[in-house]
Amino acid sequence: MSVAKSLPHDAARLHVTGAARYVDDIPTPADTLHLAFGVSTIARGQITAMDLAAVRAAPGVVAVLTAEDLPFANDVSPSVHDEPLLSDGAVHYMGQPLFLVVASTHLAARKAAHLARIDYAEETPILTVEDALAANSRFEEGPRIWEKGSATAAVAAAPRVVSGLFEIGGQEHFYLEGQAALAEPQEGGDVIIRSSTQHPTEIQHKVGEALGIPMHGVRVETRRMGGGFGGKESQGNALAVACAVAARLTGRVCKMRYDRDDDMIITGKRHDIRIRYRAGFTEDGDVLGVEFWHYLRCGWAQDLSLPVADRAMLHSDNAYCIPAMRIESHRLKTNTQSATAFRGFGGPQGMVGIERVMDHVAHDLGIDPVALRQRNYYDALGEGGLSAPRASATHPPEGISQEKKDNLTPYGMAVEDFELHGMTARLLESAAYDARRAAVADWNASNDVIKKGLGFSPVKFGISFTLSHLNQAGALVHVYQDGSIHLNHGGTEMGQGLFQKVAQVAASRFGVDLEAVKITATDTGKVPNTSATAASSGSDLNGMAVKAACDTIRDRMAAHLAELHQCAVAQVRFDRGAVHVGAEVMSFAEAAHACYLGRVSLSATGYYKTPKLSWDRLRGQGRPFFYFAYGAALTEVAVDTRSGENRILRADILHDAGASLNPALDIGQVEGAYVQGAGWLTTEELVWDERGALRTHAPSTYKIPACSDRPDVFNVSLWDGQNREETIYRSKAVGEPPFMLGISAWLALSDAVAACGETYPALDAPATAEALWHAVRRVRDA
Amino acid sequence: MDVRFLLNGETVELSDVSPTLTLLEWLREARHLTGTKEGCNEGDCGACTVMVTDVEGVTALNACILFMPQVDGKAVRTVEGLAGPDGTLHPVQQAVIDHHGSQCGFCTPGFVMSMAVGHMNGARDHDDQLAGNLCRCTGYAPIVRASETVEDQPVPDWMQDTLPKAKGNLMQPESVEDLATLYAAQPEAVLVAGATDVGLWVTKGLRDLDPVIFLNRCAELRAVTDGQDGLRIGAMVDMNRLLEMMEERYPSYAEMLRRYASRQVRAAATLGGNIANGSPIGDNPPPLIALGAVLHLRHGATRRSLPLEDFFLDYGKQDRKPGEFVEAITIPTQPDRLKVYKLSKRFDQDISAVCGAFSISVNEGRVSAARIAFGGMAGIPKRATAAEAVLIGQAWTPDTIATAAAALADDFTPLSDMRASADYRLGTAQQMLERYFAEDTGDALSVLEVAP
Repeated sequence: MSVAKSLPHDAARLHVTGAARYVDDIPTPADTLHLAFGVSTIARGQITAMDLAAVRAAPGVVAVLTAEDLPFANDVSPSVHDEPLLSDGAVHYMGQPLFLVVASTHLAARKAAHLARIDYAEETPILTVEDALAANSRFEEGPRIWEKGSATAAVAAAPRVVSGLFEIGGQEHFYLEGQAALAEPQEGGDVIIRSSTQHPTEIQHKVGEALGIPMHGVRVETRRMGGGFGGKESQGNALAVACAVAARLTGRVCKMRYDRDDDMIITGKRHDIRIRYRAGFTEDGDVLGVEFWHYLRCGWAQDLSLPVADRAMLHSDNAYCIPAMRIESHRLKTNTQSATAFRGFGGPQGMVGIERVMDHVAHDLGIDPVALRQRNYYDALGEGGLSAPRASATHPPEGISQEKKDNLTPYGMAVEDFELHGMTARLLESAAYDARRAAVADWNASNDVIKKGLGFSPVKFGISFTLSHLNQAGALVHVYQDGSIHLNHGGTEMGQGLFQKVAQVAASRFGVDLEAVKITATDTGKVPNTSATAASSGSDLNGMAVKAACDTIRDRMAAHLAELHQCAVAQVRFDRGAVHVGAEVMSFAEAAHACYLGRVSLSATGYYKTPKLSWDRLRGQGRPFFYFAYGAALTEVAVDTRSGENRILRADILHDAGASLNPALDIGQVEGAYVQGAGWLTTEELVWDERGALRTHAPSTYKIPACSDRPDVFNVSLWDGQNREETIYRSKAVGEPPFMLGISAWLALSDAVAACGETYPALDAPATAEALWHAVRRVRDA
Repeated sequence: MDVRFLLNGETVELSDVSPTLTLLEWLREARHLTGTKEGCNEGDCGACTVMVTDVEGVTALNACILFMPQVDGKAVRTVEGLAGPDGTLHPVQQAVIDHHGSQCGFCTPGFVMSMAVGHMNGARDHDDQLAGNLCRCTGYAPIVRASETVEDQPVPDWMQDTLPKAKGNLMQPESVEDLATLYAAQPEAVLVAGATDVGLWVTKGLRDLDPVIFLNRCAELRAVTDGQDGLRIGAMVDMNRLLEMMEERYPSYAEMLRRYASRQVRAAATLGGNIANGSPIGDNPPPLIALGAVLHLRHGATRRSLPLEDFFLDYGKQDRKPGEFVEAITIPTQPDRLKVYKLSKRFDQDISAVCGAFSISVNEGRVSAARIAFGGMAGIPKRATAAEAVLIGQAWTPDTIATAAAALADDFTPLSDMRASADYRLGTAQQMLERYFAEDTGDALSVLEVAP
């Protein structure tokens, strides 16, 4: 079977030879037109005059479009129709597209876009959390509030209380391939779109609206993206719609790609968040109640902000069974880029909140932060079932009360698959936690300038779209008469290895080598009504759909071959490229040909919907997730207290991918996600000025981790368990969960700063060198 | 302009090329070689990395800010030319596959080109070789593993390129004499050295530059002489070469240069360019000022020299007349007392928030001479004269350091921007002085040296 094998990415050879095609690499006719947006230079106001004469007169310009020139819908919102493609006169953020330039070259379009003369009636922008609260500028009527028990009372009655307020910055996706789309006009007003998108169906939907045609007139194809990370779930709509409209107008192929600076200025990023908290706990470290207040700057349009903010609330418990919790979430509307999906989709923000609380409580009590966490973990249930692998030390540390917890999340879902007791024990052992904790203490006792720190953080991440209807997927599989297999499904490939994993499933179902399976581009004409490849759901959903399609064909083949050779269907086996039919053995190709001659349909669709889900988001009650994926990380850092410069010295990670479909690809996801998560909380700083201009709009000023920023020692292992739920080959989703392992790096920095004095460091994020330098002084001067 | 170069082993000749057409744009748009990617169009991500061979050797360069005339007479290899003629993969390509070093694959062509250059040059400092290639998917670990496994494998024979004869252009003078005459006659021309700054005027500023004079074929400007007056370094010496030159002489300067941009940018960037553009955050002026370097300028037949610090007059304003250019810089011979501290948000390939350079001589326990200069602390690279005055003649003690550190507040009133706040800049500048003293008196640990 090809599942569970560490095969390389399906396109690895194409990647290393430069032959892998991205949207901008697709050959196009010589008269292809290129598009660029002219964007606003103020953050809020009304356009009073727009003089585009110089734009129209610029070399190479073929057309210039404004909102008035759009024939049908002027909207690229994925949610509530509040996002005009081109401004309708109102300006909501600096960088908002106002007009569209269609020109003979990319450079000509960009140059012309800068030649407009636009007059505005400028208004004072709402930029900060304070601004938004003062103006009551928000999405939804008021804050969303979910509660388990009475947290306020629990905190009030608790023997000890910590409280605080901190800021967590947003994050630019910095997919290496910027947003791009290509539209080819077809006969009868139809259009084919090639888009770097995680959500071809959404592109199809928005293009249809913009052209005033049904979805059947639009076909969207996506072979691969050069990175997505959530940034291509909705942010590609504008480019695809612009290309479609321009292609309709000109009758020519139209292409648009953002220059990097434009991409960063125009598109949304991870939501930044301010979190206020109060936590009550016992002297022994039992956390009794926690209150959270979340303030998210959602930007100017709603986009996906509601489910993002929901998911932040849904991860406010992380791995901890807290008897009483209250979460109040404010979704603030600001005159900034419309914050959007980003790996973890709010989960990381919520999780940082509770990890901060745990860190603060442990510091307050002076007890080991790992022991405190273990003490407050959910109970492990389901022993003897399929849940956990057989770990040696799954018992919680001594002294922990043996009282059974209710194991209910703040939203009322029972945690049935909790893996972290065993995982934590194994990680602490393999990473030599106790010895290194002592070594770090020794180091800090004898070094004033460079301080070391250790940080541990667990991850429990809920798997499923919280909008339950999205948890469905389709597949289309053909077996050709030569035995080759055409594979298609609704998931998109952005580097995560989804196509390879799903191909491994298909090859396994037919018992053939992977070479027999042709992976094909995602195509709305093959599989309709797909969900975004998001929420880590890609292989769970599409793997199951492909399995269903393959099994349908395989069962038809088996029935025919059994009849042909007069044996029972149960005696037909597909194995290692051969088909065993009773005593007969034939190649898969021969079997396929025989079935063709026997007039057996060798094409099938497959469909899957996730079971067991039931969720009421307004009440915050139910089972939004099919299961949880787990992980644990221990990070060691060193901080130079003179400058705040810091490094990750070592990271040890144990991650739960269930029964992995492809361990190499899963480890790749874990390594990459950790570094990306650590980057979010350390060097990746978004800075807006007082006018609302994003000052960090290029890699020269926005610093994602570089090669040397990865941990010096980087030990990543998979927890080779099985998903207790019936997922594809009992694997678990792996795209987003390991991102949050990066929180351990932030906690390690806090630990290093804490070594400078008695006061809790109370770090914000990102903990840049400068932020750490200030924190060191705060702690030392206290 | 006319250009002749070798592209993946084949000679290419072009006529009337726009002087500011980038190699990347030409490769992708004209040649349809789309393996080389545009990630940022400013030389910061490395997705457009190509291999360029000239008489000095093999380097990785960012094609997005490399103008076509700069490759005249050179050999260029793109990712399409990395595998052998029969399709055999280059060892670095195979290693990236085997070690799962590509995920989305968009940065991969740039990575394999940087790796192939490093491999050809026998490099083993993989983090430094790859500092100019950003990857958002893998966390770099598998890419470095791939680099390590091919260290001892031979360079494939198809990688040997023979250089074609350059076309040569009027606006690409081949001697300093010609340059001086040309520039004096056309003082409005833009001088292009490595194009790591001017390139962005085109790709980001969307400017049309005309006329343009290219300095890259002026071999004399790359001359280095170690004479009585000191080390005279030609303006066109690139940063990788400068790094090598500094390793023995001023290792702390070399260590700063290791973190100066990336291999690709250092291969293009020149010493003269870094000085002449007058940036307040250029990283060479602080150490050069601390070393008492002398700048040599030339206009036509007229030459003049001045202390480097006097060249920087005000923000955006230098003591350079129209038609005058930087010819060389001389570092006086001296015992090495130099320490350079570069502070940035990220260690590698980041513009400094503060760059401090200190050369303090101590004789019998007293400070006999002090030259201190900073970048990022003012509108120009600037000496800390007040702090120097406090130091000179005083006992080499923590008290003296504290007084001198306090005096830095008289020297500088830094700004706050997206890189750092004024408080941080001044505070860390002061602590750099403490660090210098600590290192001089034995406590020498850098956070970069701490082991897990």
